[in-house]
Amino acid sequence: MDILVCISKTPDTTAKIAFTSGNTKYNEEGVQFIMNPYDEWYALVKALEIKEAQGGNVVIINVGPSENDTIIRKGLAIGADEAVRVDADPKDPMFVAQQIANYAKSKSFGAIFLGKETIDFNGSEVGSILSEMMDWPFVSYASALEMSGDTAKITRDIEGGIEVCEIQGPFVLSAAKGLAEQRIPNMRGIMTAKTKSLEVLPASNVAETIKVVQFIVPPGKTHVKMVNPEDMNELVRLLHEEAKVI
Amino acid sequence: MSVLVYAESPMGKFKKAAYEALSYGKKVAEALQTDCFALVLGNADNAADLGLFGAQKVIQIKNAALESFDAAVYAAAISEAVKSIGADTVVLSHSSTGKAIAGRIAVRLGAGLVSGVNSLPTSVQPFSVQKSVFSGKAIAEYSFETSIRVISLLGNAFPPQKTGAPAPVETMEVVLPASKVKVLETKRVEGTVPLPEAEIVVSAGRGMKDPSNWGMIEEMAKILGATTACSRPVADAHWRPHHEHVGQTGLAIRPNLYIAIGISGAIQHLAGVNNSKVIVVINKDPEAPFFKAADYGVVGDLFEIVPKLNEALKQFKASAH
Ligand SMILES: Cc1cc2nc3c(=O)[nH]c(=O)nc-3n(C[C@H](O)[C@H](O)[C@H](O)COP(=O)(O)OP(=O)(O)OC[C@H]3O[C@@H](n4cnc5c(N)ncnc54)[C@H](O)[C@@H]3O)c2cc1C
Ligand SMILES: Nc1ncnc2c1ncn2[C@@H]1O[C@H](COP(=O)(O)O)[C@@H](O)[C@H]1O
Repeated sequence: MDILVCISKTPDTTAKIAFTSGNTKYNEEGVQFIMNPYDEWYALVKALEIKEAQGGNVVIINVGPSENDTIIRKGLAIGADEAVRVDADPKDPMFVAQQIANYAKSKSFGAIFLGKETIDFNGSEVGSILSEMMDWPFVSYASALEMSGDTAKITRDIEGGIEVCEIQGPFVLSAAKGLAEQRIPNMRGIMTAKTKSLEVLPASNVAETIKVVQFIVPPGKTHVKMVNPEDMNELVRLLHEEAKVI
Repeated sequence: MSVLVYAESPMGKFKKAAYEALSYGKKVAEALQTDCFALVLGNADNAADLGLFGAQKVIQIKNAALESFDAAVYAAAISEAVKSIGADTVVLSHSSTGKAIAGRIAVRLGAGLVSGVNSLPTSVQPFSVQKSVFSGKAIAEYSFETSIRVISLLGNAFPPQKTGAPAPVETMEVVLPASKVKVLETKRVEGTVPLPEAEIVVSAGRGMKDPSNWGMIEEMAKILGATTACSRPVADAHWRPHHEHVGQTGLAIRPNLYIAIGISGAIQHLAGVNNSKVIVVINKDPEAPFFKAADYGVVGDLFEIVPKLNEALKQFKASAH
């Protein structure tokens, strides 16, 4: 089974958060980007495990500008067979999903894997949108997956528990913690990544559905109020009377 | 034109998230000067009670295909209801269910989607909403370019408000696609409130030294009716179950009160918790980074402080609260 894995880039958690263009764009200057952890650690590695067990190709896809090639090469170094980049500014999730759907429909993948969300915008939107565009079932927040033939048995995280389900035929899955174990690229992986194919495709037009009005940086917390460690009644009083949370 | 709120009823019961979404939808409807309707899929106890939280009418779709969860089928049912009543604003909960169906509904309706909205629209013309991004370090405001919009409301962001009276319940018939997902089993932890829904969370880290010391953490949680959480190394070392792990690679939560005990406050930990309304930090190191994100701080040995705090909390709870 061939698997398409969607990878996105996100600023490292320690990155500075600032905006440009009248506070409508994230300021990427000097920012260190990483591959979204859910894509790298779980979605991609799970796809590789399936390939190792039953064969097939693992293709990674990113919708983004050429600067993203570093992250794409990392995905190839971890073990993906080939890569595709749709050359465009990933404006909104509808746009991103449409580009991925266009590509996926031109091939015959058995499954599409994504991360459960990006850690910068926490959208959790692309997978759901994409599955409808493909008209495939969608299982979100998958924390375990077993393939036997073309039957997938998937465990997904729900509020305070899990749900186990079974699907036959092609499906879209979003990956949560537990689905696989992170893999660090080795030297051989890094060397062969340079020779693997990275195809760049043009984007198709998609009507805009939402617009960024502005980004606002909220005022930081005012100073922490220190409470005498000998006086826990005072802490309880503050939580009750001042903060009103107990 | 109207607002349609999908009220989730897992195992046939409404939870807080459903009441939050309805109270929110009611306010949005007021701002748009239109009606607020509730939609129920499958069975639910007391559907009429959704009226108490603002629904003028409750629409219920009963269909064998809705007995277990399949995002495609649920999205189809909600989209059909939206079309049949002519709603232009769809409100979902930002839950595991809501996240799985939101995008599918948006595609079916040709609608724009903003997920994880955390406050009322900043304007209705154009319709604009806000959400928290970059681990709480910024707020993003979006406006919709489409005539139909889908939003999902973050948990614990909008308090349920009982204002109305029980509402009439009408059943609606729709034709649904056959499900391609066979649910084999659903397991939920009974008894405790799941972390994403908890209003109070008591969390502990490596400062606890040993898993056998967690008794006092559990005791505090019991006194407060709170749910317990932990830092990543604690879960990785199997001191605590993995589902308690919060942070960038674990759960992101936003309780009203987060009590962090023996946790340093690394940026990856903060990423999952700094949207909490009030943060209390107990740490022996006055330089621990967590104090910068805290509202209340106590510097000292947790093995002395926590028992004292538990005593004080017990007294407080006993004195008529
Ligand atoms: C990519 C990545 C992702 C990560 N994701 C997460 C995540 O999702 N969640 C997460 O939590 N971490 C995550 N981490 C790890 C994170 O960087 C920290 O290492 C971790 O949060 C530290 O856990 P801790 O605070 O329990 O332990 P420590 O950093 O060891 O802190 C223990 C604290 O306890 C205090 N202490 C010790 N003894 C006492 C005492 N007797 N009384 C009072 N205080 C005491 C100490 O002063 C110290 O501040 C991630 C790291 C990386 C690189
Ligand atoms: N620009 C992109 N290119 C490729 N995949 C993406 C892109 N943005 C998001 N994704 C995928 O969609 C998942 C969920 O993203 P989101 O819906 O934005 O939270 C990510 O974990 C990726 O797998």
